[in-house]
Amino acid sequence: MARVGVFVCFCGANIADFVDVPTVVEEAKKIRDVKFAIDYKYMCSDPGQQMIRDAIVQHRLTSIVVAACSPRMHEKTFRKALSDAGMNPYLLECANIREHSSWVHQKDKKGATDKAGDLVRMAVAKSIANEQLHEISVPVTKRALVIGGGIAGIQAALDIADARIPVTLVERSPSIGGRMAQLDETFPTLDCSQCILTPKMVDVASHPYIELIPYSEVIELDGYVGNYKAKIRKKASYVNFKTCTGCGACSQKCPVKVPNEYNMGIDKRKAIYTPFPQAVPNKPVIDAEHCTYLLKGKCGICAKVCEKGSIDYKMVDEVIEREIGAVVVATGYDLWDATPYEEYGVGRYKDIINSLEFERMVSANGPTGGVPVRPSDGKVPKTVVFIKCVGSRDKAKGIEFCSKICCMYTAKHAILLHHKVHDSRAYIFYMDIRAAGKGYEEFVNRAQVETGAVYLRGRVSKIYQKGEKLMVRGEDGQLGQEVEVEADLVVLATAVIPDKGNPALARLLGISYDKYGYLSEAHPKLRPVETAKAGIFLAGCTQAPKDIPETVAQASACAAKVCGLFAGDTIKKDPMVSTVNKEFCSGCQNCVKVCPYQAIVTEDIPLGHGAKEMRTVAKINEGVCQGCGSCVAICRSMAINLAGFTDPQIINEIVAI
Amino acid sequence: MEAESKDKIVSIEKPELIAPPDWKPVIMGILCNWCSYAGSDLTGTSRTQYPPNIRIIRVPCSSRVDPWFIIKALQTTADGVLISGCHPGDCHYISGNYYARRRFLVTKELLKMVGFHEHRVQFSWVSAAEGAKFAQVVKKVTDDVVKLGPLHLYKKENFNR
Repeated sequence: MARVGVFVCFCGANIADFVDVPTVVEEAKKIRDVKFAIDYKYMCSDPGQQMIRDAIVQHRLTSIVVAACSPRMHEKTFRKALSDAGMNPYLLECANIREHSSWVHQKDKKGATDKAGDLVRMAVAKSIANEQLHEISVPVTKRALVIGGGIAGIQAALDIADARIPVTLVERSPSIGGRMAQLDETFPTLDCSQCILTPKMVDVASHPYIELIPYSEVIELDGYVGNYKAKIRKKASYVNFKTCTGCGACSQKCPVKVPNEYNMGIDKRKAIYTPFPQAVPNKPVIDAEHCTYLLKGKCGICAKVCEKGSIDYKMVDEVIEREIGAVVVATGYDLWDATPYEEYGVGRYKDIINSLEFERMVSANGPTGGVPVRPSDGKVPKTVVFIKCVGSRDKAKGIEFCSKICCMYTAKHAILLHHKVHDSRAYIFYMDIRAAGKGYEEFVNRAQVETGAVYLRGRVSKIYQKGEKLMVRGEDGQLGQEVEVEADLVVLATAVIPDKGNPALARLLGISYDKYGYLSEAHPKLRPVETAKAGIFLAGCTQAPKDIPETVAQASACAAKVCGLFAGDTIKKDPMVSTVNKEFCSGCQNCVKVCPYQAIVTEDIPLGHGAKEMRTVAKINEGVCQGCGSCVAICRSMAINLAGFTDPQIINEIVAI
Repeated sequence: MEAESKDKIVSIEKPELIAPPDWKPVIMGILCNWCSYAGSDLTGTSRTQYPPNIRIIRVPCSSRVDPWFIIKALQTTADGVLISGCHPGDCHYISGNYYARRRFLVTKELLKMVGFHEHRVQFSWVSAAEGAKFAQVVKKVTDDVVKLGPLHLYKKENFNR
């Protein structure tokens, strides 16, 4: 026999002004199972909670109904009051008589009071079917997997490893460093990107708690928070890293030339190569798509010149497994291909380049030795036109969002151009200057004042060739005039887009992504580094366009989240999960199909007691289950129930309306 | 053909049945915890008023809603049912509301075939930010059910068991 206690709150005047609270208490007392009902001014206050605790002991109550504000507000508070009194906290039910009654029926006191009475009756009926539930403890594997070795991945890995938690860092390319390694100097302080990044790269390689796996990709992730199992495919490098000293003789002698990705294809690299001189690890790999020996079986020069005999043409891809507890995804960004801008002549004119190509040219370790040149004739440009928002903020041709970093790096490019070519002039076509950040506005001002960069507010309508020059026709919105600039070089600040592999990676990890391919955070404001899947976190441009300081901050936030997750030996989890009654399960496996978290698997159990024949039933992994209840509604045999929202609980509520 | 098949349907709705003057409809609302329930809380915090006929039940996700709940409510207590979840694509549980959407389409057809007016059971998508929309939805459902009148002919106590 249930003994329910009902506690009705005045919430000061919030409830009492519009709902006749004493009547609600009287109505509650009429319900058969209610043994105690009382009202109080503030149920959530200390004396209010004390009333609940006292009544539990005095009246030997078996479940509690608190009629007050929304359970989303104070359910936790009252659950705690229950456990303080030695009662299972999940025997609590909340009747939402504030948000759902007093506040929304302020002109109808009788209607609101009737409704409050009904809501209490429903909650009492549900609470009778409530069961004792216990928080689930899940063991944790204390190792983190970081996907992507750009600045985001590097920072996250270092921060986690500094907390003495082992980290596996997986990088797709032969070296870590990512996009930041391609940059020359960074805004707003103009410190050299390589100078601040490479020490961190070396730290990663030498850190005792970091396992760096370059030239590899994550191909599978199974399991759930604290207990993931990752499969990583190590691509064949054809070089034995253990014996290779990184002397570089192989790259020097290799006869095959391939466009160099690190320098945005401006110069050539060899088929056996290290991406850049400061690469970490500083070991070459053979590009199997271009190596003559691997394609045709002839050549083998690198093997001949290698004194250590490190070249191994027979190497194959290797799949390794790691048990991990959390994942940080930091796959970074790409630049949008500006080909749809036909009026600019993208692809037709050689002297139109994108900003990363310009970045490589002005970089001291770049293909042109730090001097920008025209790709068509190799001359140093005197007039350079920068066009911002190419693809960004353009719903028709490009992408709707703002790429965030282009305003700042274009200002930086203007300054760098001035530093490298003193008698040059930059013209910058812009829509708006978005320079929100510490020292950013000052930096844009500096570009305008120090270098004399001409900022023209307007869009470019056409670019055409005239002799050697490119004529850029656009609008100066502030004068309301058409302008034409005779340019030697045009640099497009093309939109920042997520890595092309993001959708596939998201499916592999079981997380969601938006229409652009950016991975989705759990909450845009309050949970910006977590994903909807517990234990998977996002850092850097894989979530949205970001500059370096923001990326580093987010990476460190990820590290804090991972450390928090690993702080104990187990993870506590809400007990609102589904369970299968094997006696009823017919093994149709509809639940397996609908489960969004792949939490349901099948198992074979004996057909009957002691029988040899087996039958298949569903089995739910409570560590993975998030408690949505899809499986409960799809189950034909009514074999599955969701704790906290069982069929008897909900039917009780319906019948009690 | 159409007229013929219509004749065969024995409608549960009895428009000639005049509601008693003190009759007030009862509407059961089942809301998902993450969007619609939060949205209904917002309706409260922003003090947007709506008729006091709806009784709200909280479930984790609209995919938790078994058609059985709808039928049970119509059999026992409710004159109308409103079910609301996250907007398609915004489900807290990734894909739950897609299952719910399909299930409701079928349920609605079934109820129509049995003879219920389609306004008896309604579905909506209300996000956690749409407090005003929730009030509108409740108003609409309440008005629709008031027009249809009471549903007690179908109630269990009127059947000989």
